[in-house]
Amino acid sequence: MIQDGDTSAAVLQTRGLRFGYRGRPLFAGLDLSVAPGEMAALIGPNGSGKTTLLKLLSGALRPEAGQVILSGSPLADLSARERARRIGVVPQETSMTFDFTVIETVLMGRTAWLGLFGIEGPEDLAAARQAMESTGTAGFSHRLLSQLSGGERQLTVIARALAQAPRVLLLDEPTAFLDIRHRLEIYGLLRRLNADEGLTILTTSHDINLAARYCRRILLIKEGAIRADGAPADVFRPEILSEVYETPLAVVADAATGLPFAMPR
Amino acid sequence: MPSTGAAATSTPQHDDAHRSPAGRRFARGRSLLVLGFLTLLLGVCVLFSLTVGSTSVGMMDLLIPSRAADESAAILLGVRLPRILLAAAVGAGLSSAGVCFQALLRNPLADPYILGISGGAGLGSILATALAPAAGLAVIVVRPTAAFAGSIATVVLLLLMARRRGRLLPETMILLGVVMNATIMAAIMFIVTMADFSRYAGTMYWLIGNLSSPSAGELALVYGCLAAGVAVLTLLGQGLNVMSGGEEMATQLGVNVPRLRWIGLLAASLITAAAVSLAGLIGFVGLMVPHLGRVWLGPDNRLLVPASALLGAIVLVMADTAARVLFAPTQIPVGVITALFGGPCFLWLFARRGAGAA
Repeated sequence: MIQDGDTSAAVLQTRGLRFGYRGRPLFAGLDLSVAPGEMAALIGPNGSGKTTLLKLLSGALRPEAGQVILSGSPLADLSARERARRIGVVPQETSMTFDFTVIETVLMGRTAWLGLFGIEGPEDLAAARQAMESTGTAGFSHRLLSQLSGGERQLTVIARALAQAPRVLLLDEPTAFLDIRHRLEIYGLLRRLNADEGLTILTTSHDINLAARYCRRILLIKEGAIRADGAPADVFRPEILSEVYETPLAVVADAATGLPFAMPR
Repeated sequence: MPSTGAAATSTPQHDDAHRSPAGRRFARGRSLLVLGFLTLLLGVCVLFSLTVGSTSVGMMDLLIPSRAADESAAILLGVRLPRILLAAAVGAGLSSAGVCFQALLRNPLADPYILGISGGAGLGSILATALAPAAGLAVIVVRPTAAFAGSIATVVLLLLMARRRGRLLPETMILLGVVMNATIMAAIMFIVTMADFSRYAGTMYWLIGNLSSPSAGELALVYGCLAAGVAVLTLLGQGLNVMSGGEEMATQLGVNVPRLRWIGLLAASLITAAAVSLAGLIGFVGLMVPHLGRVWLGPDNRLLVPASALLGAIVLVMADTAARVLFAPTQIPVGVITALFGGPCFLWLFARRGAGAA
């Protein structure tokens, strides 16, 4: 984590970010900074602005005022192609109109790297192959997306984002529709990518205990404002969580790991 | 992918080798093979179509120079060949435009005819005929230009209506197209009724899609538009692929979506307009051929666009051959043949979608 004002070290940063939907303001001057190599989770109740913030950070939405800065350059100055080479995005759900195979889908991650003719070269194939190996999707690379389970599908979409060779990976509720085994598998994969390859990761999550277990930094937001920001133990205070989620919550420490665990009181 | 085999055996519940599209990934060698095969097949179909008709001409008559052959050559090269070349261009144009509309609108049921884009081109074309002072070179250029304006206007209207309602279901877009088509048809019928009928000889045939022998200038124009359009759409192939996941996903993967959409729609509308201004409203080719191509080759537009163009050329050359010879000496408009086959095909696709298959 870095201090406000120390802008040179941040890989992704917002300055005075303002955004709202149809005149209803959501962010009124948000300042946020993510350092290279961080793995952070964005948590907060429904409608708190998690997904919107992620879309502002990826450039899918444009802020009304303020700016997003990616490695020192304003995001608004970058083309979609330049952004895609730096930021990979994993949405909550992916629906494809036409049925592509896993490898075809992963290769779509190379779109921003292709030349005029739009055909993959050896380095594109190598990048896709590596992304599939690290996500464990290489074993079913020729199956159709429609034939995959929810977990396999999400791994494929993560592989596609990795094939972009990004510096930052943004994930929106990547485990929303998955069972406990696949949730652990996805978070384990994210932590591995973060530790081994130094990939900066920011993910939203409704599963706050899972986020606390895998992320070293938790950002708690409500109504477009950051309510708490720090290590899981600092953010998981019963009074803060109960107030933000408007539900009485208790926090206990996991006996084995010492990590905080929130549950209804 | 060397790891495929091993992993497939380790997870037998996922062993779907019977329908695994292995090796479908875009590969230059395979694409050239497919396109070469289709070109060859198109050549055979053109030759076959040349030899059949109300006047029977053998291939040998062409090759052996004699007086009889001169007469045959006049029929073949002066009458039959231009019509076959036009059929090929129109089939190729409607099919590649269909691929583009389906990808950009994220709708496997899209087709220039069903969406009313052909109708828009037809209205422009009819208006030009009604207003253009005389025949001649001007008409060769003015009619397609007006057709282009008509098709573009229809596409823009369709997109604006789609935009205003946010996320639009594919079925809703089809419904909009059908309503637009009906309105355009009424406008066309109004113009034809009010104007001098003698200037619209063959309009009824034209409305359902009819091929006749075009002039060399007309052929040059339609092939020029076709070549430019198909080349552009093929280069947009990967962008069209990525659009399959939606606008936002395409942007996040590095595609300039507004630019892709405008270039793609302009190119597809240009091809459609050129085809419609010469051959009228031929339906369902742009729906059936891309679907056939996708079943055979997969959805990768970098191959699907040129392959559908060739496949569409083959389909329309054969359909027009049938239109010429099935009930000879009576010739039926080729649009009747494509609609008789295409209508049920559309219904089948629609039913399959309802059952959960895209």
